Amino acid sequence: MAARSKTTAKKEYKWELRLYIAGNTPKSVTALNNLKRYCEEHLKDLYQIEVIDLLIHPQLAAGDQILAVPTLVRKVPVPIRKIIGDLSNEEKVLVGLNIRPLKN
Amino acid sequence: MPPKSKYNTTQLKKLPKTPTGVKGLDEITRGGLPKGRPTLVCGAAGCGKTLMATEFIVRGALEFGEPGVFMTFEEQAEELEMNVASLGINLPKLQKEGLVKIDHVHIDKSEIEETGEYDLDGLFIRLGYAIDSIGAKRVVLDTLENLFAGLNNQAILRTELRRLFSWLKEKGVTSLITGEKGEGTLTRQGLEEYVSDCVILLEHRVVNQISTRLMRIVKYRGSIHGTNEYPFLIDEDGISVLPITSLMLNSDVSSQRISSGLPALDKMLGGKGFFRGSSILISGTAGTGKTSLAAYFANETCKRKERCLYFAFEESPQQIIRNMKSIGIDLKAHIDKGLLEMHAARPTLNGLEMHLVSIHKHVKRFKPKTVILDPITNLITVGSVSEVKAMLIRLIDFLQTEQITVLFTALSLNTIVTEQTDEGVSSLVDAWLLVRDIESNGERNRGMYIMKSRGMKHSNQVREFVITDEGLDLVDVYLGTDGVLTGSAREAQQLLEATGQVLRKHALSRKDLEIERKRKVLEAKIASLQEEFESVQDELNKSYVEEELTKEIMAKNRRKMMQSRQTKNTGNGSKK
Repeated sequence: MAARSKTTAKKEYKWELRLYIAGNTPKSVTALNNLKRYCEEHLKDLYQIEVIDLLIHPQLAAGDQILAVPTLVRKVPVPIRKIIGDLSNEEKVLVGLNIRPLKN
Repeated sequence: MPPKSKYNTTQLKKLPKTPTGVKGLDEITRGGLPKGRPTLVCGAAGCGKTLMATEFIVRGALEFGEPGVFMTFEEQAEELEMNVASLGINLPKLQKEGLVKIDHVHIDKSEIEETGEYDLDGLFIRLGYAIDSIGAKRVVLDTLENLFAGLNNQAILRTELRRLFSWLKEKGVTSLITGEKGEGTLTRQGLEEYVSDCVILLEHRVVNQISTRLMRIVKYRGSIHGTNEYPFLIDEDGISVLPITSLMLNSDVSSQRISSGLPALDKMLGGKGFFRGSSILISGTAGTGKTSLAAYFANETCKRKERCLYFAFEESPQQIIRNMKSIGIDLKAHIDKGLLEMHAARPTLNGLEMHLVSIHKHVKRFKPKTVILDPITNLITVGSVSEVKAMLIRLIDFLQTEQITVLFTALSLNTIVTEQTDEGVSSLVDAWLLVRDIESNGERNRGMYIMKSRGMKHSNQVREFVITDEGLDLVDVYLGTDGVLTGSAREAQQLLEATGQVLRKHALSRKDLEIERKRKVLEAKIASLQEEFESVQDELNKSYVEEELTKEIMAKNRRKMMQSRQTKNTGNGSKK
């Protein structure tokens, strides 16, 4: 899997998301697919997803205090939020990212 | 077949060990922690887990050339650096040199949401990266409980923790994991102790308001280890554990003799004093001069240019120095020369074991030839009789293996001398001196006995022990018809004897005179007899000479007569 894949090419994003994974495991694939789905649905054209594979860049794990994989980090808007797991529970992810109000 | 089995053990591959560098711990574990395996250090809050982990990493880096990773879940790296700076450890420097890497793992439950499946590969990768970046041989994880506090899915955590332990083993790093003590179990999760190869339990116990830190090795796979609770000390040098039960009774003995400082006492001890490396007990009631005797011994040791360590549990060093000046001992001079060190501590300062540990440390550092404990009786306030005895056994044992002479003083609480001292150590010591009050004729005097002295001829006499401005001395006591005479009674007796002696001397000279006179009379008599004999002899000689003379004269006359007759005859014939 590519280390960083930018899904959109806009200059400014309201949402900057970073997904930490460790190799191409079923869990990380599920997490990425889930994340993409939620973003397309709720944050169309407002987000940027950065995927970091820790197997390739292990030195980046300390920066965002990553313990578990997969971990989704919301860098922008602040405060930083972290969601760990394969993001299978949509409601929890949206609450965790505080996305719900934007949809309305 | 002992030779064969010996051969076998050398052939078999034994468990390799990694020394921790923590004083004493390597002795209990017979070499250190299992190499390349995880070890758990568990205990309640404030018992020294983090410090031990830090020492493991730092000493590994400094003393054994093994870089280490310190992964902390609790303290910030800066906090940790500050905490160990008080022990003189420069963590930032070690980090710059690439010997130590500190990684702070921050878990904040409020920031983290969990949905679905996950694993702790992130942590593994992070740790793996840290290990590989400095080539670490040692890893510390402090404290894993925080993972459980930060994450909800306990099932995942448990499996991941198990995986972490085996992953650490695969990595070949010697790891030390700290864990909070749980209720009824060694750790909160009850998991780490089963997956670790070695479990060390730390405790901080308070009994009778006195705290003692204790360490116990709960398990150690594939190795023999000490199983007791060992007290340990945390001070400016970090942790020191005292493996004090090596009671093998196989220490070397010396037949060298050392003076007690009192010539008269040495004379009682076969003329030469105590054995080097022996243990001496001076017991007695209050104010009988035990401390003075101890100070004499210390003084004598320093005079031989040997080092002496003095532990005072009752008086301050200044007080002892002042008091001993009054009997002519200048301890201050020895202290200035660095031959004497005095340590005063109230027994209640810390637990018994702690005292032992601190004595141990001082002895190791100062390397004295003589150690004095004055008095051991006060230790009873911080422990039971059996505990004090156990402590003293270990102390004597330790000092004997180091060939250090030890002198204890002990206070007997009653004047009736029992066969045992309060501490029950009399059977352990090599020499036991007893100083006691002898009360008679309205005064108290001090008497000294040697109750026992192993391996030498010693006096069975009671001596009077006198303390004067010039110092201590032992005087023979008088065993008269009235019993033992001491003090002024002894002096009176001495006077009496002196008078008797003068009288006897006088009588003797008179007799001599008499004899002289008799001799003179006799000699005079002999002279007169001699004279008498000479006069008789003279008389006899005189008659004898006269007889000779008459005989001669008569013969002469006869010849004359015969001559004259012949001439007459011839005349007559011619005429005819």
